[in-house]
Amino acid sequence: MNDVREENLLEVQGVGMTFGGLMALGNLNFKVKRGTIKAIIGPNGAGKTTLFNVITGSFPPTEGKVRFNGQPIEHLKAHSIADRGISRTFQTMELFDNMTVLENVMLGCHTRFRASFIASGFQLPQSRRKEEQIQSRAMKILKFIGLDGKFNEPSDSLPLGEQKMLEIGRALASEPELICLDEPAAGLNETETHVASSLIKAINAKGTTVLLVEHDMKVVMNISDEIVVLNYGQRIAEGTPEEIRNNPKVIEAYLGSDD
Amino acid sequence: METITFGSQLFQYLITGVTVGSTYAIVAIGFNIIYDVTEIINFAQGEFVMLGGLIMVFFHVALGLPLILAFPVTVILVTLVGMLLDRLAIRPIRQPSVLTLIIATIAASILIKGAAMFIWGKDPFDLPAFSGRNPITVFGAVIQPQYFWVIGFLIITVIALSIFFDRTIIGKAMSACADNADAASLAGINVKRMILLSFALSAGMGAVAGITVTPISLMEYDRGAMLAIKGFGAAVLGGLGSFPGAVVGGLIIGTIESFGAGLISSGYKDAFALIVLLVVLFFKPSGIFGSIEISRIKRF
Amino acid sequence: MLRFAKLPIAIFAVLIIIFPWVAREISAISHYTDIMVFAGIYSLITIGLSLLMGYAGQISIGHAAFFGIGAYISAILTVRYGLNPWLCMFIGMIIAAVVAILVGAPSLKLKGHYLAMATLAFGIIIYIIFNEEIEWTGGPDGMSGIPGLSLFGFEFDSVVSYFYLVWSFVFAAFIFTINIIQSGTGRALRAIHTSEPAASAMGVDISRFKIFVFVYSAILASVAGSLYAHYLNFINPSTFDLFFSIKLLIMIALGGMHNIWGAIIGAGLITFMSYEWLHYFEELEVIVYGAILLIITIFFPNGLVGVPGIIKDLVRR
Repeated sequence: MNDVREENLLEVQGVGMTFGGLMALGNLNFKVKRGTIKAIIGPNGAGKTTLFNVITGSFPPTEGKVRFNGQPIEHLKAHSIADRGISRTFQTMELFDNMTVLENVMLGCHTRFRASFIASGFQLPQSRRKEEQIQSRAMKILKFIGLDGKFNEPSDSLPLGEQKMLEIGRALASEPELICLDEPAAGLNETETHVASSLIKAINAKGTTVLLVEHDMKVVMNISDEIVVLNYGQRIAEGTPEEIRNNPKVIEAYLGSDD
Repeated sequence: METITFGSQLFQYLITGVTVGSTYAIVAIGFNIIYDVTEIINFAQGEFVMLGGLIMVFFHVALGLPLILAFPVTVILVTLVGMLLDRLAIRPIRQPSVLTLIIATIAASILIKGAAMFIWGKDPFDLPAFSGRNPITVFGAVIQPQYFWVIGFLIITVIALSIFFDRTIIGKAMSACADNADAASLAGINVKRMILLSFALSAGMGAVAGITVTPISLMEYDRGAMLAIKGFGAAVLGGLGSFPGAVVGGLIIGTIESFGAGLISSGYKDAFALIVLLVVLFFKPSGIFGSIEISRIKRF
Repeated sequence: MLRFAKLPIAIFAVLIIIFPWVAREISAISHYTDIMVFAGIYSLITIGLSLLMGYAGQISIGHAAFFGIGAYISAILTVRYGLNPWLCMFIGMIIAAVVAILVGAPSLKLKGHYLAMATLAFGIIIYIIFNEEIEWTGGPDGMSGIPGLSLFGFEFDSVVSYFYLVWSFVFAAFIFTINIIQSGTGRALRAIHTSEPAASAMGVDISRFKIFVFVYSAILASVAGSLYAHYLNFINPSTFDLFFSIKLLIMIALGGMHNIWGAIIGAGLITFMSYEWLHYFEELEVIVYGAILLIITIFFPNGLVGVPGIIKDLVRR
């Protein structure tokens, strides 16, 4: 084990991403301090989701490095990155809608309890024990996100707000060091947004570092320790919510210069 | 008998390969037309070729209709079959997924094959060559006049299609559906009709391929599957969705098959095209002219 | 939660056990035991295919090849080298697994249509090999004189003995597969089917799971092939052609590929159709199969297993 704990859990170093000649990200640099909540904001098409996809290994960046706990991870596949302790949710909501609420979270435990094909086929005691452990773990998480009452319902029967919570719960199940939330408050009403914000704070209070893409500025300003602003795949500002609020470049990017 | 030199033998293989390859190319273009508009791979594509050959036999040989009449009638009939395929097997599917669409077109293909067996039986049928069977000899290779018809119709098809897609409004509308169906329907294009049209077009083209190749290789009820998979091999080799790719892919597959059967083993004739298909799928699924970006964008 | 009820399994087991006794008493169906042996052999294949296609969502139109590999390995090694049939069956499993890895590793990276065509091409190539390698396989004429099976001095020499042998295999495969489905592995497979991005973000190694299932289904098909060869004592390539792969597809589509029960129901029904009920149609039975497949795809996407659910919905309305 690496005893020297890096102060920066995640470092994005000169990351660039082009799709068939179109630049989605260009020479991007920023760091996420361990134990903090960092938000990535920017207008539509600024490259926020692309950045998430690069960090979590959906595709490797065209250039640059991503370091997690000091180790380069940009060449790893998504599942290996998940193994190392990065978990995520999706802007487009990718729940397993053919599974129950509980099963969704149980799947999230996949990295921590791996049953072999053979062991599960023969129902060896070890695989049954694992299954029980996973189940009780998943129930704890459901309690934490307030969905334990609905554990046996099909996940697609939940209202949108609860589906969002469930996706976060599923991401938590792997006990990640870093959780990446892609627009957790999108489409939520005010009460639901409030619930989501406090949940994210609670997750962070338990020691999980949070990286967050969000459009709802209230949420962002309220819960983030630091904010990175992207525009056209470039970093245009970085700082505390206070600094970002007063940054003229940011205001321009959002409101557009009058032309 | 003049001696057949090795060189003239190779030339013979090349000519035969290009001819057979032309048929594969037309099947491949048929795949592309439907794939571009719908992202469906029509596993029944080869049945159109088979139907073209056999229906032509019915009109031209059995009924004695002159070539000039039997040809268009056959093409129209097969085109109708293609439209029926869309209306009866594709459109009714409520939750289309790759799996259900594949299964539906496979079902259609065995239905068509079964119907053909019912109508024509299991024997292969011959069709008179369009302009006789007096071969010409070039560099010691024997060339049937029908070869020119096959290759000629490929060229005509390609020219006609490129005019259709580039110059006509309907053709442009179809290309729009291929690029983005949602945007196309917002622009007032009837996407369902375009899908129907794509099936009609590729069925009609399949019929042309079948009609022209039957005088060379005969035709029977169960040829569709192999034609389909070789045509698909041609389409993939050229890059799925690319029309020039389909032509090049078809000619390459036909040539490899012809040389393989001549030089290596005639028993494995059908295997060569399939091995090429596997090699392409395993090592460069985007084909010669296709780009990886495009295959990423496509849903299926 | 996804759980298979134990009662239906027990009832099914009892029905299978008493089947030969009942069939023997009724002369009109006394030969059904023989057909049930084939139904069992095909069930063995469809159980694996159902896991591959229904649960993991990967298409194969080439499993006739693995069925054939099992049959031909057993036939060649017993007839030409006189090896022990059980050993041959085991060697067949290993060879099928190796071939499945070689074909599956590059194929399963492919999406939908490409995967379907790759497996289709693979199946036809193997079929051509069975036809052409005459020194080994006997070519189109096939191989005869394949010995029957025996175990600890017990000779499987009657239809009924094979019936029990084959269905023991089916039950073993059935239980093993159910266990997999109900475990974390099954969850991972269903996750892959719904959303590959989400599954891999949760740490599921997608290609590894796909290959596992592909290999597993290939091994089951290979065992089925070995049993087939030893039961019939004769094989020829036409059993393992493209249409057999399509028939397997019809079996799991008819039964319902999202449920392992569907695999057995579909295999049973199609076997009885082709060995008994569709004789009247002779070779035109292919039209019936096409019609069944199309109707199922359009109107009953979940197969026969899904029909009770449809009825329940209708009643509730």
